[in-house]
Amino acid sequence: MSFWSHFSYAITIFLMVAGLYIVIARGNLIKKLVGLGVFQTSVYMLYIAPGKLIGGTAPIIDANFKVYSNPLPHVLILTAIVVGVATLALGLALVVRIREAYDTIEEDDILASDEGEPGGDGQRR
Amino acid sequence: MRHNLVLRVVAKLLIPFILLFALYVQFHGDFGPGGGFQAGVIIAAAIIFYGLIYGLDAARKAMPDRVVETMVACGVLIYAGVGLAGLFLGGNYLDYFVLDHDPAHGQHRGIFWVEVGVAVTVSGVMLKIFYMFASRGRDPE
Amino acid sequence: MALTVIVLTRSRNLFTVVVLAGVYSFLMATALVALDAVDVAMTEASVGAGISTVLLLGALYLCKSEETKPVRKPWLPLAVSAAAGALLVFGTLGLPAFSDPAAPIHTHVVPRYLNDVLRETGVPNVVTAVLASYRGYDTLGETTVVFTAGIGVIALLRRRRKQPGAANKQDAAK
Repeated sequence: MSFWSHFSYAITIFLMVAGLYIVIARGNLIKKLVGLGVFQTSVYMLYIAPGKLIGGTAPIIDANFKVYSNPLPHVLILTAIVVGVATLALGLALVVRIREAYDTIEEDDILASDEGEPGGDGQRR
Repeated sequence: MRHNLVLRVVAKLLIPFILLFALYVQFHGDFGPGGGFQAGVIIAAAIIFYGLIYGLDAARKAMPDRVVETMVACGVLIYAGVGLAGLFLGGNYLDYFVLDHDPAHGQHRGIFWVEVGVAVTVSGVMLKIFYMFASRGRDPE
Repeated sequence: MALTVIVLTRSRNLFTVVVLAGVYSFLMATALVALDAVDVAMTEASVGAGISTVLLLGALYLCKSEETKPVRKPWLPLAVSAAAGALLVFGTLGLPAFSDPAAPIHTHVVPRYLNDVLRETGVPNVVTAVLASYRGYDTLGETTVVFTAGIGVIALLRRRRKQPGAANKQDAAK
């Protein structure tokens, strides 16, 4: 087992940790969504990279090729990307609504304004 | 941006080709890379491009809200309808073998219609989301 | 790509963040082409770099485009992330090496797809065939998810009657 044989995993983990860090550490909601996106793409890598065969080609059947990369992860990730953008849109819509209700998209400010006025978030819409 | 001549002309030149490419991706998806998702997104991107250059109202005129909302629902219905068609013709739900005399042709036909459904829904949803965000930004608070 | 992500983490101007996210998506699409996932790369390029960026910019236009300085020290999240990363690295030690033909992923259902797809469906692009035919239920459910997300956005952002006194009332209550 050499370093290079696990290089794709290393990239995946780096991206995943970076995304995780953005989501946890940053209070800005849009930044958090971008971090979530980074995390998500790392999962794409996690799925796609093991499916690759060196010397293989894209999984489109042709008489000239014998070795194909694995098509199954591609299918799964294809749907994941589109679901990802749909959830991103939903998250952004929520952010916009929050911004209209609280006039801020910083998590700390939102929490502060909630504490200053207990039970106030229900009626403020 | 609405008065930039270069942008307007280039956009007008490019958009037909983007749409054509989307159709190619859609219908050639069986043989090359591509399929319903990509085609739907590219169609939506072409119209969003139009909206960005010419203003939201122009895009809304070309692609009214009512049509977009219908597309959102119709795509899912087309997909589910293919499944039901298989059911009526004596197969299982989403079983394409019965759609034609030759099972492989039936599969081909089923995949074709399913991809159409996916493309319609995806492009409808993307466009609708864009309209929602863009129109929200314009109304003064 | 790693560089982009690091700058992404450090940068505080949200506009920069959004544009960098687009760049990052495009780089990811290139990496996916190198990994033979052409369908996925195409989707990623159009969705990740195209639509997402437009949506993020649209949302940014509605919000403030500058992130405030974080009050708390980032050490705890950093430690949590590093710990998670270390655990994951430990986990990869047991995984099969890159491009190993004997790995379980290549031996299970996939040979059947690759060998029989042309005879059974007549569609040479295996990804399309699996997507629409073998896993038709998945894709149906997934289309429904997209549909539901669209409905959700409509429900959230549909123009609603704004109570003009809402903001003032809040100030008065304080």
